Amino acid sequence: MLGNLTLAALPQDHIVLGASIFMGICAVGIIGAITYFKKWKWLWTEWLTSVDHKKIGIMYVILAFVMIVRGFADAVMMKAQQVFSVGTSYGYLPPEHYDQIFTGHAVVMIFFVAMPLLFGLINLVLPLQIGSRDVAYPFLNSLTLWLTVAGAALVNVSLAIGEFAAVGWLAYPPLSGILFSPGVGVDYYIWALQLSGAASLIGGINFFATIIMMRCKGMTFMRMPVFVWTVFGSMALVIVTFPIFTAAISLLALDRLMGMHFFTADFGGNAMMYINLIWAWGHPEVYILVLPAFGIFSEVVSMFSKKKLFGYTTMIWAVIAITFLSFVVWAHHFFTMGAGADVNAFFGIMTMIIAVPTGVKVFNWLFTMFRGRITFASPMLWLIGFIFTFTIGGMTGVLLAVPGADFQLHNSLFLIAHFHNTIIGGVVFGYFAGLIYWFPKIFGFKLSESFGKATFWAWIIGFFVTFIPVYILGLQGMTRRLSHIDAGTGWEPLLIISAIGVLIIAVGVVLLILQFVMGVIQRKNNMDTTGDAWGEGRTLEWSTSSPPPFYNFAVIPTVHGRHAFWDMKYGNAVKETPHYEDIHMPRNTGIGFYIGGIAFLMCFGIVWHIWWLAGAGILGIIIAAIVRSFDYHTEYTVSAAQVATIEGARTNK
Amino acid sequence: MKKILSAILGVTIVGMVFYFAQYIGSHNMGVFNPKGVLAIEERNLIVTAICLMLVVVIPVFIMLFSFVWRYRAGNTKAKYMPDWQNNKVLEIIWWGIPAVIITILATITWTSSHTLDPYKPLESNVKPITIEVVALDWKWLFIYPELNIATVNLVEFPVGTPVNFKITADAPMNSFWIPQLAGQIYAMPGMDTKLHVMANEAGEYAGMSSNYSGFGFNGMKFIAKATSQEEFNSWVEQVRLSPVALSQNEYNALSKQSKDNSVAFYSSPDRDLYDNIIMKFMMPASEHRLMAGQAVSEIAMPEMTGM
Repeated sequence: MLGNLTLAALPQDHIVLGASIFMGICAVGIIGAITYFKKWKWLWTEWLTSVDHKKIGIMYVILAFVMIVRGFADAVMMKAQQVFSVGTSYGYLPPEHYDQIFTGHAVVMIFFVAMPLLFGLINLVLPLQIGSRDVAYPFLNSLTLWLTVAGAALVNVSLAIGEFAAVGWLAYPPLSGILFSPGVGVDYYIWALQLSGAASLIGGINFFATIIMMRCKGMTFMRMPVFVWTVFGSMALVIVTFPIFTAAISLLALDRLMGMHFFTADFGGNAMMYINLIWAWGHPEVYILVLPAFGIFSEVVSMFSKKKLFGYTTMIWAVIAITFLSFVVWAHHFFTMGAGADVNAFFGIMTMIIAVPTGVKVFNWLFTMFRGRITFASPMLWLIGFIFTFTIGGMTGVLLAVPGADFQLHNSLFLIAHFHNTIIGGVVFGYFAGLIYWFPKIFGFKLSESFGKATFWAWIIGFFVTFIPVYILGLQGMTRRLSHIDAGTGWEPLLIISAIGVLIIAVGVVLLILQFVMGVIQRKNNMDTTGDAWGEGRTLEWSTSSPPPFYNFAVIPTVHGRHAFWDMKYGNAVKETPHYEDIHMPRNTGIGFYIGGIAFLMCFGIVWHIWWLAGAGILGIIIAAIVRSFDYHTEYTVSAAQVATIEGARTNK
Repeated sequence: MKKILSAILGVTIVGMVFYFAQYIGSHNMGVFNPKGVLAIEERNLIVTAICLMLVVVIPVFIMLFSFVWRYRAGNTKAKYMPDWQNNKVLEIIWWGIPAVIITILATITWTSSHTLDPYKPLESNVKPITIEVVALDWKWLFIYPELNIATVNLVEFPVGTPVNFKITADAPMNSFWIPQLAGQIYAMPGMDTKLHVMANEAGEYAGMSSNYSGFGFNGMKFIAKATSQEEFNSWVEQVRLSPVALSQNEYNALSKQSKDNSVAFYSSPDRDLYDNIIMKFMMPASEHRLMAGQAVSEIAMPEMTGM
């Protein structure tokens, strides 16, 4: 009846038990609070069934913040173990547990923090920037959110029921095969990421279509804001590469479940094929994450330098170049596989070519500041910190792209320091800047600037204190994924300094949360009444009120140039009395939420070989899709008169 | 408050710089303390590449901090050009300069990828010795086919003699790495990879797997010891006296999972052992564990060339 699931799957040691109980208490607390305040109906009608891109964006960001706490707790546990596990002392985590934590840390941070933040930010801003009322497929937008949530839930459930994968974040076979990983950990990994991967692909198609089809009148491609362009590149990469990822882990699942031999060592299986496939997705994935961060910084630098963005056209060409080049660099992740000098040199050179368009972007940002009037609001601080940090990360990246050098740096902590350097310095800094920058647009008030600046300083100092020692340790020959070191190595002092750095970042995480809390408490002082929160808005999102009405724009704007809102503010266009028309809006639906829930149960069934549950799940999803396809009332109309009333009320406020 | 904070920050930065400098000076810096032919060239390559990149990176840092300071909103004397958004010459410069540097680096990459190819035999007048390496769960087995000995977690060879490592795994993928002697190469089941190493100085060097391979990964370490030819010869004699011969059966016992193994010596390893370990993955599973090996030597060995 319950497949492989027995009582033995429940937590055995006190750390896991404690974490499970904590998670349980949180869940009970939230459910209790919702019941006590009688908010279930509100939650269901206003949020869970919503297809409004702004609300979906907010829910994505909430998911990311919940998961960043989990992922960061993993990081703290790893650092603590490395400090205590030296010589005759073996720390508090056995390898069986530690190895799940480093796998979990990476999986959570990439798939359930970075990706939800990415899709959250795109949801919040992109339709507003292109003058649209919604995305191309509002229902699919809700579906992607709930599939992502289901994947995240599966990862968290693995903490309490069974185990998580202990194979590293890309689950290289044969280690991840059934022979060496007989437990459910890798199955949890595969099925959580199947959900997340499917969600990302659907989301990618949705936003790609949105950018092509939903731009307002006059917004040609070369008038799109840079953020839209970078999302365009990023989503193109999602569409092309996520199917590779899904296929690779599906084949791995077939190996594990059906005894097939795609990636086993024997019977003609080829693990090197998996490594190629996973990186054919994995490398573009980092550009999927970082391109939109570049876009955010392009918006931020222009706003806080009070100046037009320098070199828009080169910026766009750089984005396009990076998008294409990121497809032909994947083999630089395994120069050490013995592919031969020609192959290695080709992929190495392709990789370093990416440094050229990236460098061009840095110069364009610098010359946007040149002869500007720079105010140091917190998004601008993140930008300055980003240029400094990311340049170092780019430099170590080019170094790793030289095969001869990579033989000595690959898989060492130098590599670990490098990618944290680019992902924290690029993606995390960028997304934080974006959240602070667009927060007033979505909520109508700014966040606490003093806490915002403190957050920045804690993060950037903490980052360098953590990762400079990690770079040095890598050069000394310390490899990644070690849970114990010999006393004779003399590495202990640097590991301690690195752990102190993590504590400084922990302060940064607390300050980040306080930035939001204080922002809400002090919101009366930071209200944005104009809609142009930072005062220098040039793009369309600033032209509507903060927060925007549910239909975003009462009248869809017409654009005559790159700086659409600037022209509206200062151009000599005659301001006419708006002529309202009926607005068609998508109707809320619970189907996305249901499919997410069923998909969670289905994947849980597959993980534990509860086949009736898996079968019922597949059937349930198909039925839900059919029900949805026969729903002919997916839209409703807001009449022109209603729009006039709403707009009247809003302008009189 | 602000002054106190910036003072603390300043002191921390200076203190850290001094500490790291002192640490680097007083510890074995592995990759930057090379004792092998390949490792020296790889170190030089790393240094060259860093210097080339600094040509762009240092101006970027200077521009970043000077622009941020000069064009701060408080400095109303600085020139302000809000609509300046294009300059062909400037843009050509910053497509051009990085492109030139990357072209130089690409040339270096192409040549160094070929000269430092781990598959390329090292040039030397001394006759090379061959050592077969097998990554097991979780220990390293070294077989000296020409000398008829085998060891676990210790590999010894003479200084100044090229060593031809042939590497495979009878376990999940590992990576064979001796930072002070040469860069790493993967050890994969059913595959045969190569690494050519020559030590310039006698000494004991840390060797390890750099690719995570499971719960015993912490113990996936070995010592690479380079000695004089005489010392090496007497060591070989000593190992030959080991009462345990590495037969196929002895190997089957050794290859079972075990953590944190100590050094072990074996005499007369099975002549076909290394080939058998690779070839057994070409056989149906039922024959794996029992296979004796006589049929295998007749089958041509697959070379690991492409991917």
